Amino acid sequence: MAAPQRLFDIRRVIGGLFLVYGLILTVTGLLDSAQEIQKAEGIRINLWTGVAMLVVGGAFLLWERLRPSDGPAASDEEE
Amino acid sequence: MPDAQLLAAQDLRLDVNVLDYVILALYFLVVLGIGFAAKRAVRTSLDFFLSGRALPAWITGLAFMSANLGATEVLGMAANGAQYGAMTLHYYWIGAVPAMVFLGVVMMPFYYRSKVHSVPEFMRRRFNGATQLLNAGTFAVAQILIAGINLYALALIMDAMLGWPLWLSILVSAAIVLAYITLGGLSSAIYNEVMQFFVIVAGLVPVVIIGLTRVGGFSGLGEKVKQSVLGEGGLHTWAHTAGTDNPLNANWIGLVFGLGFVLSFGYWTTNFAEVQRALSARNTNAARLTPIVAAYPKLVIPIVTVIPGLVAVVLFGNLGKDGGPTYNEAIPLLMNEFLPNGVLGVAVTGLLASFMAGMAANISGFNTVFTQDIWKAHVNGDHPDEWYVRLGRIATVVGVLAGIGTAFIAAGFGNIMNYLQSLFSFFNAPLFATFIIGLFWRRMTAWAGFWGLLSGTVCAFASYILYKAGVFDFGTELNASFWGAGIAFVVDAIVSVVVTLATTPKPESELHGLVYGLSDASVSDDALAGDAAWYRSPVILGAGAVVLAAAFYLPFL
Repeated sequence: MAAPQRLFDIRRVIGGLFLVYGLILTVTGLLDSAQEIQKAEGIRINLWTGVAMLVVGGAFLLWERLRPSDGPAASDEEE
Repeated sequence: MPDAQLLAAQDLRLDVNVLDYVILALYFLVVLGIGFAAKRAVRTSLDFFLSGRALPAWITGLAFMSANLGATEVLGMAANGAQYGAMTLHYYWIGAVPAMVFLGVVMMPFYYRSKVHSVPEFMRRRFNGATQLLNAGTFAVAQILIAGINLYALALIMDAMLGWPLWLSILVSAAIVLAYITLGGLSSAIYNEVMQFFVIVAGLVPVVIIGLTRVGGFSGLGEKVKQSVLGEGGLHTWAHTAGTDNPLNANWIGLVFGLGFVLSFGYWTTNFAEVQRALSARNTNAARLTPIVAAYPKLVIPIVTVIPGLVAVVLFGNLGKDGGPTYNEAIPLLMNEFLPNGVLGVAVTGLLASFMAGMAANISGFNTVFTQDIWKAHVNGDHPDEWYVRLGRIATVVGVLAGIGTAFIAAGFGNIMNYLQSLFSFFNAPLFATFIIGLFWRRMTAWAGFWGLLSGTVCAFASYILYKAGVFDFGTELNASFWGAGIAFVVDAIVSVVVTLATTPKPESELHGLVYGLSDASVSDDALAGDAAWYRSPVILGAGAVVLAAAFYLPFL
């Protein structure tokens, strides 16, 4: 049970998704044209959001690594 | 650039491109992928996430918070922010937070320890089968109506992306939701529910940052709101609430009693979609902490809902006016205005995922209550298990089809949050009265539960009809729902007391674990080592949340 259970830990799923999104947005942000930057009031919003999502995604993965869930191991006691 | 733009109603068109669709596709690949993988890898679909009563408070708290913060909440509270200004904050600080703390501190032990699978089942054990049937019936109707709201909101976004007419968007959205529920199963729905919360926040924070930059920061926003249609009143929460000369047309009695007490306590303490999240916690203490852990983020959620609403009312001069866009469109309009492709895709994904999660939760709530609390308990309970599973599948399809119908009702409301609050006043407010009286007054009889609930629901409905017909003058739709909730509560309480005095109470032996002061001796103390620490005390953490909520009011008195 232990291996698939860790794979499905919600922190891994969110962390992984945010890393991928962060990567996409960071690259897009680096390539953004002046017009896109101007739409966002001069803020390189794709870049900043991308970096923030990388950090959040990393934090979720780190959290999962440091405090693995003891999860539903006890689920055989009822239901 | 002009301060206020005027937009036509059909102006909302999100400029999505391939990049945004890639982000959207990735999300649903992950969610459906988990659904498939989990189906193969686990015995029951719930094993990994919300079952077995084995989860720590942080997971259940996260699920609890996500179950509430869907896109209906985001769009609806932004709509309220634009329509009523800072008074929308009452929903969070006098509404949600105290009720969540109350749920954790007072009510949760009864739910958790009685091991019921649903609120109607609790009603059957505390009162009788008729009360269960009535509660299950109104719950099923409410779920279908709310599913319609989610479906309508989903269609609104599809419409904005693709430019389809609304009826086509509603039909296609319903087909997508049905496919999603059938393909992904319950586990993917639950993962989706938690993930959409983070994706929505990731999409909204950029909107808030750019929006504030545009209007000149907090001080600029304050100045511009004063000059907008909202005026000075748009910046205050309690000013002029002795009378009704404020944006909400509500006085403090309606706010404190209607919204703060009945409506919010009713919603948070009896909404099974929420309570169920806490039931999967590993022990009583973790279950009690669940809503309290969720109360802290709830304190600051207005940053991504009310502030965008205020920015929208400043930027779009004819928002909510005849011929202009509806209040519901505040957030999509801002996304369109500010977000370049990329972040736009994240925001759109968050909204779409959220409506799907919301509708999936409504349909599965309907499905459970229909098969378990209505059919199995009252029509025919003798079939094998597979028979009920099949019945559940049919109920899912019927629920989605009925949701298409109610989506068109929702489409008739310019502000979906108002509609939602009216529904809560019909269904949740009387339920809360029956619940709370039954909990603290052990003499309350079985039939008092039934007649109290019935009369409360009927009166809330009647008060709404009379408001619509112009007999009652509550000023705003929202204030009407505060009063409807208050009336439902009072009528329910009076009828419950009168019927109780005329009928015989249940013997105390049947009430152990279901009323205050009669604990169930068969349930042992399940505290874990470390639960005694202050940071795991529901009372201390709960008090902290309430104090913070009060402190947050200070800049907006």
